[in-house]
Amino acid sequence: MKTRVIHWFKFSSPQNFYFLAGRMWPWFAALAAVLMAVGLWISFFVAPTDAQQGQGYRIIFVHVPASQMSMFIYIVMAAWAGLGLAFNTRLSGMMASALAPTGALFAFLSLVTGALWGKPMWGAWWVWDARLTSELILLFLYLGFLALQSSIDDPRRADKACAVLALVGVVNVPIIYFSVKWWNTLHQGASVSLTSAPSMASTMLTGMLVMVVAFWMYSIAAALARVRSIILERERHTEWVKHAVE
Amino acid sequence: MRALPLKPQGLASVMLAVLRREVSLAMRQKGEVLTPLVFFVVIASLFPLGVGPESALLLRMAPGVLWVSALLAAMLSLQRLFATDYADGSLEQMALSPTPLGLLVAAKALSHFLLSGLPLVLMAPVLGLQFGLDSRALGILMLSLLLGTPTLSLVGSIGAALTLGVRGAGVLLSLLILPLYIPVLIFGAGAVEADAAGLGAGGHLSLLAALLVLSLFFAPLATTAALRISLE
Repeated sequence: MKTRVIHWFKFSSPQNFYFLAGRMWPWFAALAAVLMAVGLWISFFVAPTDAQQGQGYRIIFVHVPASQMSMFIYIVMAAWAGLGLAFNTRLSGMMASALAPTGALFAFLSLVTGALWGKPMWGAWWVWDARLTSELILLFLYLGFLALQSSIDDPRRADKACAVLALVGVVNVPIIYFSVKWWNTLHQGASVSLTSAPSMASTMLTGMLVMVVAFWMYSIAAALARVRSIILERERHTEWVKHAVE
Repeated sequence: MRALPLKPQGLASVMLAVLRREVSLAMRQKGEVLTPLVFFVVIASLFPLGVGPESALLLRMAPGVLWVSALLAAMLSLQRLFATDYADGSLEQMALSPTPLGLLVAAKALSHFLLSGLPLVLMAPVLGLQFGLDSRALGILMLSLLLGTPTLSLVGSIGAALTLGVRGAGVLLSLLILPLYIPVLIFGAGAVEADAAGLGAGGHLSLLAALLVLSLFFAPLATTAALRISLE
């Protein structure tokens, strides 16, 4: 029997990955659209009204997946960066820089939805809660990454410098998180506890899980679509790009 | 400029030579040492003007204000940590020398602490008096700065290496490094406040020391990697 062997390393070349990503991203985008439609339908029409928070709680369906993705994307970005430094592959740096804007977007989205949620629930747009503060710092880390990327002209050097920064950042994220947490308990500032979440109705949980998967699919689609344009931009002097864009 | 010794020598003596070179360079341009110090004093004096002269409020704010000012002052001089050596080529010679670059980088970070961190530690009690801190709080403030500012120099050296020869390096450096300074700020200012609250500063000071040890180990590695990328 003939077995088909897939040469995975084939796709570490930007040229091959460009076509692979071009095949893949519409599927992920379609999945994201369908799941997001289903998730939003569940969260707006199926999930029951919360006993304490009324309708206002429904922003959780965007807030929680967004903050989750913002943290996870940073780790994935650092992993790509580490791979790039270790194996000196061009594509890894491109993936890291393709992921960064999506991560920053989710960090921002999570802060905005958090503020919109906080106003009716706590009566304040912003409290210096440990989670909010560390999410804000995460946004700063993303912005630093993007700023460093854009201020170095040579893309290879930019990739490597950003890789070092991402790795330093990922080591620091837990340290920052715990220091902010202890800072918060010392100050006794906000009396709001986010950790003791009330048990959720199962439809709420389903809605949230669907939204989480939808955000995953969106992130993958966005990163793949973005990495395609990064590849085109950096390989514009090559022969294959001329044929690819025709 | 004195050249680094050519014949192979012990690591300690090479580090000492780097340290002596940095200090003697700084002593010939005293402005480089004095400017961050004056900056520190000016920033700390701006806060009472901004929030009002109420002494109870100032007393509560003092540790945080002094620490934030120290953070900014330490960052001000970071950009020059490698920039002049990069411009005149001595950094490349250091990278080529048989001594591990990490050790040279550690020596440079140490010299940054001696020239910009230590003056802040010595100046802090004077400013603390202006904010009405008592002698016990001043002692803890100095101790926390003494443990914290070397970490600032070490972590800052990563940012200085990453932004070497990059346009807009000064602002970029602050954007990259300030988020990483947050733990030091929290435990440094927290040490004084915890003691004032009767909790004891021991835990915070231990954590500061832990951060110092951690950065002493990891920061030279990251800085070396960043320098090699910049020198490519």
